[in-house]
Order: sequence, then structure tokens, then C-alpha cells
Amino acid sequence: MPMSDKKVIMKVRNLTKEFKIRSKKLGEKPQILHALSDVSVDIYEGETLGIIGESGCGKSTFGKCLVQLHQATAGSVEYEGRQILGMKKDELKKIKRDIQMVFQDPFSSLDPRMTAGKLVEEPMVAHKIITDKKERSQRALELLKTVGLDVQHVHRYPHEFSGGQRQRINIARALALNPKLIVCDEPVSALDVSIQAQVLNLFNELQKEYNLTYVFISHDLSVIKHISDRIAIMYLGRIVELCDAESIYANPLHPYTKALLSAIPPESPFDKRERIVLSGEIPSPIGDQVGCPLAKRCGSCMERCKKEMPQLKDRGDGHQVACFLYE
Amino acid sequence: MSDNLLTVKNLKTYFFTASGVSKAVDGVSFALNKGETMGIVGESGSGKSVTASSIIRLLPKIGKIVEGEINFEGRQILDLNKKELLNFRGKDIAVIFQDPMTSLDPVFKIGSQMVEMICAHQDVSKEEARKMAVEALKKVGIPQPEKRMDSYPYELSGGMCQRVIIAMAVCCKPKMIIADEPTTALDVTVQAQVLELLQELQDEMDTSILLITHNLGVVWKMCDTVMVMYAGKTVEYARSERLYEKPLHPYTWGLLDSMPKLSDTVKGELKAIPGVPPDLRLTGQCCNFYNRCPYATEICSKEVPPLLEVEEGHFVACHRQNQQEKLVRGEVNANE
Amino acid sequence: MAKQNKAAETAVLGAEAHSLLVKRERRANNVWNKLRRNKTAMVGLVIVVFMIIMAVFAPIIATHDPNAIKPSETYLGFGENGHIFGTDEFGRDLFSRIVYGARVSLIAAIGGTIVGGIIGILLGLIAGYAGGIADAVVMRLMDGMLAFPFVLLAIILMTILGSGLQNVILAIGIGNVPTFARVVRGQVHIVKNEEYCNAGRVIGISNARMLFCHILPNTISPIIVYATLNVAGAIISEATLSFLGLGISQPTASWGNILRAGRDCLNTAPHIATVSGVFILVTVLGFNLFGDGVRDVLDPKMKR
Repeated sequence: MPMSDKKVIMKVRNLTKEFKIRSKKLGEKPQILHALSDVSVDIYEGETLGIIGESGCGKSTFGKCLVQLHQATAGSVEYEGRQILGMKKDELKKIKRDIQMVFQDPFSSLDPRMTAGKLVEEPMVAHKIITDKKERSQRALELLKTVGLDVQHVHRYPHEFSGGQRQRINIARALALNPKLIVCDEPVSALDVSIQAQVLNLFNELQKEYNLTYVFISHDLSVIKHISDRIAIMYLGRIVELCDAESIYANPLHPYTKALLSAIPPESPFDKRERIVLSGEIPSPIGDQVGCPLAKRCGSCMERCKKEMPQLKDRGDGHQVACFLYE
Repeated sequence: MSDNLLTVKNLKTYFFTASGVSKAVDGVSFALNKGETMGIVGESGSGKSVTASSIIRLLPKIGKIVEGEINFEGRQILDLNKKELLNFRGKDIAVIFQDPMTSLDPVFKIGSQMVEMICAHQDVSKEEARKMAVEALKKVGIPQPEKRMDSYPYELSGGMCQRVIIAMAVCCKPKMIIADEPTTALDVTVQAQVLELLQELQDEMDTSILLITHNLGVVWKMCDTVMVMYAGKTVEYARSERLYEKPLHPYTWGLLDSMPKLSDTVKGELKAIPGVPPDLRLTGQCCNFYNRCPYATEICSKEVPPLLEVEEGHFVACHRQNQQEKLVRGEVNANE
Repeated sequence: MAKQNKAAETAVLGAEAHSLLVKRERRANNVWNKLRRNKTAMVGLVIVVFMIIMAVFAPIIATHDPNAIKPSETYLGFGENGHIFGTDEFGRDLFSRIVYGARVSLIAAIGGTIVGGIIGILLGLIAGYAGGIADAVVMRLMDGMLAFPFVLLAIILMTILGSGLQNVILAIGIGNVPTFARVVRGQVHIVKNEEYCNAGRVIGISNARMLFCHILPNTISPIIVYATLNVAGAIISEATLSFLGLGISQPTASWGNILRAGRDCLNTAPHIATVSGVFILVTVLGFNLFGDGVRDVLDPKMKR
């Protein structure tokens, strides 16, 4: 299906988030940490946009900016054609119902002093969706059942559940408001393989049932590839490549993507793949950047890379890449 | 078996809690040869880490080894006294933990931590120890090792810290390294670097590695043999190529199937194992996997399956994979 | 679905067995049961309960009228003339006065802690949650109060308010506000950055709900621990004030003013000061032991 036929649910333009770091010395100018620089992406209705990158690449910041947990420094986020950055509080509250989030750590993202039932009811209380108590707990139970939990779980506290079950509660909570878009911030990375598969299947089922749109953030490329329709690869606060899930494996373009792919552990003991080694470590996001962020580590770095910042450009088939090699 | 380094036989480590006895390790047997790498895979709570801490006998107060045998180069580890144990831990075995940041003391410089550790286990002067430490840091690929000796742990990235810990582990030239999820906290590119480093060091020094991980990919990359654990028990144990090609335990099948693969082309349903792992206070009365196993029969809910050697070097603990019966992967259970 | 049903039916590893286990675990980790296993806490609790029973049932326990003056029987020793602890300078029965004094002392101490706790918790919650200017103003005010020695502060307050039980409670309470506010603010700072509070923000819950349904319940354990330990301090505060003649005034008995009366006749009748002193000591010890035990149970991280 060509992309232009699909409805854009969220339009992100030049999103930038900077954190000020207080300097250690008195009277010194505060330094600026560029967590997210100039990120532009369209999110289509009903799709799963995967976001992958190493720790510190800004993928979590991106998710948090979308749900308004962080105030973006610059740029715009349009939801269904309406600008949501800088929106008034009560208007925003209505839109917040549509954009929910599932957090990474199932152990800390649930209030330890509330039972599963109460936790799922809470969003309904906050937005006054169902005011009748009985009806509300009925609905909470329904939601718990949709995510694969049962009546016996309603009165249990979070610490009495396993990691996978807690993540199910998190999902039920997000679903309680009938959202259209869910930002999933590493929802399966704290889970075991067999449980991870269950939760990934659950995400897929729910997407089909409720026509959900996901922004799925993870550091695990095989998980991202499995769940996503399109994948954005982030490096040091920027999207360096954006393409279909298929082409990331079949036809990776950016040198960083290639290196990332080659670093993934093999799928069998007989799979001996060649490693593309990136020398050194990720540079610090503090301070100003000149040139391509990968320049120092890249094997095919040119003179131009050290001076100019490559922009994310479409190669015609929806495959976008930010690298001078492809210009 | 002359090149055998470590043999563990029917190890059982229980935790005595207020709400019951938790059978964290409930029957683990394996053997590790010199210069080889063995992987222990399993989900969290399957007893991987407790097995490792039982081997070095570093258990919390409520944990007790109730049964079993740990044989290291002919010595019975469970019979060692305190002094011998200290020696054994530092000299013969080194441990690399999951979180590199917490296994280094944040208030001391890396150099002084390394020197202290070397002096504790080897009869060398401080200057010599310092030289050894620099040498070791160089070996693990840390740039400017002299300078790094005076850094504090927080000044280094996670990957660098893990390298420092590996350096500390190798400078006493241990016969065996226990690596407890050494790369779980690291990014993939750094993980690949660290794993390659471990492999290089192993080739050079001929140490054995006991690698604990939940990532099968890491096992395929690193290990000669693999032990799969479930709910405190060894369920399957074989050479890793063999385990990949011809796994026998239904849990291993489930584990292999539930990993999403990069090479998959269809975005379909993953074959997940239904249900959750049992609570460790309830296990040990039957096959621990029977309530999640599509192949379970009557006997599975009644008897604990013994760990049998079905083929040379391939052990499996399943009622339906003994000499009489042979279950085929993917074949639907007759009872269903 | 079939698989799930099967899992539920299976006896040993199934859902039912697990439910039972959860119940068992709840019982074992129940605060009371944990407390019961903690020996020091139990010793403390026995002392505290003993003192409270004494205070509540004072009219039944007391052998004499605590305020009945008998000029013929002053300064009697232990057990003389049916007076268990003897009598004081006015011939009043010391045992009965101690028993009635427990009432006043405990009410003053516990009441003071509650008053200080409520004000301190509110201030701490506001300062910790709002941050910025509110935080700065409240906390500098608290710092200012802390800079005053407690006794000095209490003396000023008592001089303004005048003596009497209510005013003692108020003075102790106000003196306790700054430390309570600090403890709460510190906790709020930790809790408000927890992931579940972020989760609440994404859901869009209101500030009031966040504060009272999430942050307060999760800060309550350290508050309880602190309050329990604080009662011990408050008992001493009451004794100090009464000892200085600023607190509970005669003839009402409180441990502090019995001690004060005993000071004047330390040479002739040392038992008066000793007995009241021992009661203060034991009660403070009891609350401290109990508080330590409560901390071990509610706040396992702080242990050792």
C-alpha cells in the first residue's frame, strides 16, 4: 500500500529537546545536552513505527516528548491536524486520552499500593468516563480479561505478579481510555524470551482489534523488526535511517545501521557473520555538533562528513537515509 | 575425562523464607571441560545465578546447599574451609557480574581497586601489581591504560567498566571465569565487543568460561556446550550445535520458537509458550513444565523426570524423551 | 482457551495452588506478623502497650486519689502505709500520681507528634511536590525554625500561650513541624520521580489525586517510622517543659512535674525523682525499640 493513501495521525516536525546541565563551576555557562535534534517523522494511522538505537540516542526522550512528559524545546507535534505543543491544559487533557504510553520497567511503573483492579480503574476515574462504581469495576475486569488476566488477579498487588503480568496490567491501563496511539517505551526488554513473545503477540492482537497505532521503542532489533511496519534508526538524537521493516534487513543503507545489524548475536551456532566494527564509543551529546555525528567512527567517512550535517532524504521509495554516500 | 575442570552433580540450593522453602536450584548437573565455554540459559528465576553463586559458595544467609556435589579439579568445593574457599574464589575462579557499574566501588580509583585485588591473591609488591594492572587494562583494549588507572568508575561508560572488570578477572589468571549476564546491561555493539574480548582472552589463556545468559544468540556465538534450565532444574544439556539442530525438550523448543528472528520475512504470530513459570515454592513434585507443555501426559503430572543421557553427551529430563518414547518437535499431542 | 483451562485444573502448579501461595505470602509478610518475628520491636511494643493501658485505665489502677493531700504522710518511702511508691512532699500517693501522669505525658507526647505530623506532612508535601518558590519559602522557614534550639522555641511559645495541656501539645507540635516537613519533602522528591507517577501524568490524573492517592500513600511508611521514634522525643520534650515549670502545672500530675518536685528533695526523698525518671526512661526506650522494629518492617532498605 503506498504511504500516501494512509492517513497521517501524528506529524512530527523538527522536534528538538535540549537539557541544560548545570556547570560544576560557579558562574560558568550551563552546558546543553542535545537529547533530540531536529526529528521529523510522519506516523500513519494503524501502523507500528519502530524506533531503535543504543542507549542515550534519544529514543526514550522522543517517546516522552510525544506524550508530553517532556516539554520539547522546539519543533511541532501535530495530532490529527492540531498542534499539541503549547496547547491549553483542558484541551490537552482531552487529547491525552488518545495518546497513551506503556513504560519499560513493569516493576516501577505501577503504584505498589494499589491493586490491579484499582490501577486499571484509575484512568477512568481521572477522566470521569464511567462514574458508576460497579460499572467501572466491571469494565476494569473486562480490560484485564482482554489482556489475558483473570478475576483472581483483580485484588492482587503489583508485587504479587510476575513481570509479564505487570506489563499486561500496564497495557490494560493504557487501553482503559480507548486510545488511538500508544507509545511503547521498551515494553518487552525487561521480560524473558517466552513472556516477551506472549506480550508481543498481545500487542499485535490488540492492534488488529482496536486499530491502534504504535510507536514502539526498543533496543532489540529483532523485536523491532518483528512488530514494526516501518523502522527509524536513531543515533545521537537524530534519525539516521527510516524505512520499511523488510528493507532494514534486506537493504540497510546507513553505515550505522549496517554496523548495528552486524553486532547482533547470531541466530544459530553455524551463523558466522562478518562484523562491521565501529571504532570508539558514542560521542557525548553535550555541546555543539559539527558534521555527521558518526563521522569519527565511520569507515567510509569523507571530508564532507566532518563539516556538514547530512539531512534525512527520501530516496524515492519511502526509504529515507541521512548520509552523504547516497546523495 | 582427563580435561574435566568442573563437575556439578545433582546440586540443590534452597532458600528458606518465611512463606515456605523456595527451591531455587533443584537438581542441576553438568560438566565443564578445560578451555571450553558452557552456557547456562533460562528465564529469570530459573536458578542460573544461584547455580553460579552456589559454585563459589557465596549465598545469602537464607540460602543453603542441601544436596549435591561440586568437584573442581578433584577438590570437593562443599568441603572447603573458609581459608581455602577464599583462595579458591580469587585464584581459581573469577566472577563477572551483570551490572558493571555496581561491581566496582564508586569511591576508589580503578587502579587502586585492581592493585588491591592483585595483592590479595598474589605474592607481589605494589609496584609489580600496578604494572600487572596496566598490562591487563591494555589487554582488554582500554585506551591510555596508565591514565585510566587514576579514573573513578563513574568516569567510564558501561562498556569500559565491564572491560575493567574483565581485566580484574584475568589478571589473576583464573582457571575458570563465571560470567553472570556480562552483557545484559550493554548495548548490542558494545556487547559484541565485550564478547569478542572474552573469546580472545580465552584463546590466549586457555580458561574455561561459565556464561550465564538469557540470550540464545549469545550462546550460539560463544558456547561449546549449553545447559537449559527451567524452574531450578536442568532440563537439557548438550553441545550447542546439537542443541540447535536437534533439541529434545519441549521447553527448549518453546524457547527457540519464541525468539523473534531477524531473518523472518512474515510478520506473524510468535509461537509463545503459554502461561508463566511456576513459583519456586511449588516445584519439585512433578515435571515443572507440565502445565505449559502441549505434550504433557498423565505421568508428567505425577513424577519428576530424571535427567537421562539419550545420546552421547546429550542429556534431557523429559518423560517423553527416554529410551522407549521419542517425541518429535511440532507433532501434536494425541491427548489434545 | 483450552490450554488456559487445563492450566487452571492442574493441581500442583496451577492457578489455585498459586493463589494459596499468594495468600500465604501475604500472611507471612503482613506487617503485624513481621513485627511479631522481630524481638526488639515486641519488647518495645510490650512497654508501650503497658504504659498506654496504665494511662487509659488510670482511675482503676490508681490506689489513691492522686491529688489528695495528706500533710501527715509526707515523704513516705516504698510500700509504707499502703503507698506502693511512697508519697511526695504533700503526702500525695506517688504511684497514683505516676499512673495519672502517664495519661498527661502520653497525651502530650502523642498529641504533639500528631499535631506536628499533620502540619509537617502538609508543608512537606506542598514543598516537595510544587518545588520552585513554594519549596524555597517553606524550607527556608523550616530551616529558620530548626536553627532555634527546641527548648528555646518551646519556652517562647509557652510564654506566649501560657501553660496547660493543650498549649504543651501545641508547643511540642510546632517544635516538631520542621523535621517532619523535611522527612516528608525528601520522600516526596524520591516518590514523585518514580515511574508510576510519570505513568499517572500520561494518563492525565489531577495534581490533587497524584498527591493524595499516589505520593502520600507511598511516603507514609517512613513517616510512620519517624513519628513512632518522634513520640519518644516528645515525651522528653514534655518532661523538659514541665521540669522547667512551663508545661503542666501543679496539681495536675505529669512525669515532668513529678520529676521537678523530686529535684527539690533529692537528698531527703530520692525515690520521687528516681521513680518518675525511670518511667520516662523506660517509656522512651519502649518507643525507640518499637520504632526501630517498625522501621525494619516497613523500610527494609534502611536496615543496618
